[in-house]
Amino acid sequence: MREAAVVSQPNPLQRIPGVAIVLVLLIALFGAIAPGFLSVANLSNVLVQSTILTMLALPMTLIIMTEGLDLSMGAVLTLTSLCVAIVSLATHSMLLGLGAGLLVGAAFGIANGWLVAILGIPPFVATLGTLGMAQGLSLIVSDGQSVVGIPHSVRDIYSSTLLGIPVPIVMALVTYAAFHGLLYHTRFGTYIFALGGNREALRYAGLSPNKLLIAVYALGGAMAGIAGLLMTARMNSGHPTAGLGLEFDAIAAVAVGGTSFERGNGWLLGTLLGVIAVGVLRNGLNLISMPSSVQVASVGILVIVALFLDGLRSRA
Amino acid sequence: MTDITKEAMMPPRSFLSQDAIQVFYRLLAAFLICAVLAVLSDSFLSLGNILNVLRQASLTFFIASGLTLVVLTAGLDLSVGANVALSACIAGTVIHKTGSPALGILAGLACGGLVGLLNGVMVTALRIPSFIATYGMLWVLNGLTYWYMAGETLHGFPAGFRQIGSGYLFGLPIPVYLLLVFLGIGTLFAQRTIWGQEIYAIGANPVAARLSGIPVARRLLLVYAVSGTMAGLASIIFLSRLNSAEADIGESLTLPAIAAVLIGGTSLFGGVGTVFGTFIGALILTLVLNGMNLLSVSANWQPLVTGIIVILAVWLDMKTRRRTS
Repeated sequence: MREAAVVSQPNPLQRIPGVAIVLVLLIALFGAIAPGFLSVANLSNVLVQSTILTMLALPMTLIIMTEGLDLSMGAVLTLTSLCVAIVSLATHSMLLGLGAGLLVGAAFGIANGWLVAILGIPPFVATLGTLGMAQGLSLIVSDGQSVVGIPHSVRDIYSSTLLGIPVPIVMALVTYAAFHGLLYHTRFGTYIFALGGNREALRYAGLSPNKLLIAVYALGGAMAGIAGLLMTARMNSGHPTAGLGLEFDAIAAVAVGGTSFERGNGWLLGTLLGVIAVGVLRNGLNLISMPSSVQVASVGILVIVALFLDGLRSRA
Repeated sequence: MTDITKEAMMPPRSFLSQDAIQVFYRLLAAFLICAVLAVLSDSFLSLGNILNVLRQASLTFFIASGLTLVVLTAGLDLSVGANVALSACIAGTVIHKTGSPALGILAGLACGGLVGLLNGVMVTALRIPSFIATYGMLWVLNGLTYWYMAGETLHGFPAGFRQIGSGYLFGLPIPVYLLLVFLGIGTLFAQRTIWGQEIYAIGANPVAARLSGIPVARRLLLVYAVSGTMAGLASIIFLSRLNSAEADIGESLTLPAIAAVLIGGTSLFGGVGTVFGTFIGALILTLVLNGMNLLSVSANWQPLVTGIIVILAVWLDMKTRRRTS
C-alpha cells in the first residue's frame, strides 16, 4: 500500500511549470493591460478575495483525488452562509453561527459521501441532486430574501487583521497548512492517495474504503461551513444565491493546479496556485471593465484548456 | 455488467422485454400520482390543467430526449439548460433583426447543434470526461449569454411564431403534437436503426463496440450534436411560448431534464433505457411539480424536490437492476 501511494506521488518538477506558467502569464498580461493591477492594494485584494475559494478548492482536491467530484459545494456554501447569518442574528453569537454552519455543511458532506460510497451513485449525479436540495433549502429558510442585520462579531472577521495580515488570509494559510499536513504527513493522507489509486489495497489492509470516502466528503462539507462564515462576513448579510457556481471556480482551480480527474493523484500547492490564478483572472478582467459574464466564460475556457492539457500529459 | 451487455447487443429489441416491465411500473407510478392529485385537488382533472401538464412535460421531454441518447452512451450533458438559453437568445435576435421566424428557428437549431457538436469534440477528440467537459461548457455558455444579452430582455414576436408554443390544433396544444412526433422518431431511431443499436452497444461496452467495428467517435459526435439540437428545439418552443427571452431562462432546466431521463429508467452506466421511458419520466416529474403548484406549495421547494427525485431515481434503478441481474 505504501508503494502504491509512493508511485502516485506527484513529481513536483514536472508539475510546477504548468500552473506556474499560467499564473505568470496572467500576471504579466494584466500587469501590462490593466491599470492598477500591480498595486499592493489590488494584489492583497486578490489574495483576500481568494480565501473563500481556497477553503473550497483544498477539500475539492482531496475529493477529486478519490476520483470523485462535489458539484454541491457552492450551493452548500450558500446554505451554510445563510445558517451562519440566521443563527448569529438570533443568538448574537458568532461561534454559535459558525457551529450551525459547520453542522449543516458536514451533514451535507456526509450525505454526499453516503450516496457515493454506500449507495454507489456516481459522484457527479449524487452531488447534482444534493446541489438541488441545498439550493432549495436556501430558498426555503430565507424565503428568497437577504438576511441582514448580522452582528459585528461576524462582520469583523473579514475586515480585521492579525499582526498586520488580514484575518481571512491567516485562516486560509492555516487551512492550507492543515491540509498539507493531513495529506502528506498522516496515515489518513496516504489512504486518500490509495482511495484514488488503489482501493483494493485499502480493503486488503483491513480498512473500510467507504468510511474513508465518507470522511473525505464530510471534510468538504465542513469546509463549506467555514467558508460560509467568511461569505456572510464578507457580504455582511446572508443571500440565497450568494455562493451558487463557486464550486466551478474550485474545480477550475484544482484542474489548473494539475490534479488529475482520472488518475487519483493531486497536488495541494498546485491547487493553491490555481486558486490565485482564477482570482487573478477574475480580478484582471474586472479591472479592464469586463462584465462578470465574460469572467465566467473565461474560467470555463481555462478549465477546458487545463483538462485538455491534462489529457495530453496522461497520454504522453 | 455482462447481462446488460448481452441485453443491449441483441438487435432488434423486442418490446415485451424487461424494458416493457420497467415502463409498466413507471406508467403505474404516473397513474397513482394522478389519482392522489385528483383526490387532493379539485382543479387537477380540469381540461385546462391536464393540457398544461402535457405542454410542460413536452418542454422537459424535448431537452431530455436528446439527453437520453447521451446517457445511453454512459455520458452526460450538463450544458443543455445553458444551451437552451443561448439558442433562445440567438433565435430571438435573428427574428427581431430579419423579421423571419423561419430564419430564427434555423438559427436556434443551428446554435444548439453547434454547441452539442463542440461537446462531442471535447469528449471524443480531446478525451475530456463528458460530465466535466459539458460542465465547463455550461459556464462558457452562461457567460456568453449574459454578455450577449447585457441584462436586456427580448420580447414581442410575430403572432405566427407564437403559435408554435401557445397555439392549439384540434383542441390540443401544438407542442403536444411535436412531442408525439419526436417521441416516435426517437423511439424508431434508438430501437429500429443500426445507428441506434450501435449507441446502445457503445454504452454497454465501448471496447467491445470499437472492436466490433462501430465508429465510436462518430456515433458519440452524433449523439452530442442531437442532444444540442434538441436543446435548440426546446429553445424555440420556450421562446414562442413565453414571447420573450432572457439570459437566465436555462438555469432551472438542466436538473429536471436529467431527472426525467433517470426517472425514465435510463441507466447512468450506459446501454440501458428507452426514449419512451424518458417521456414517462418527464410526465411523472411534471405531475409532481404541477401537484405541488396546485396544492399551493411555494416554488422555492421545487429544486429541493427535484434533487431528491434525482437521487431516488438513480438509487431505485440501481437497486432493481442489482436484484434482477
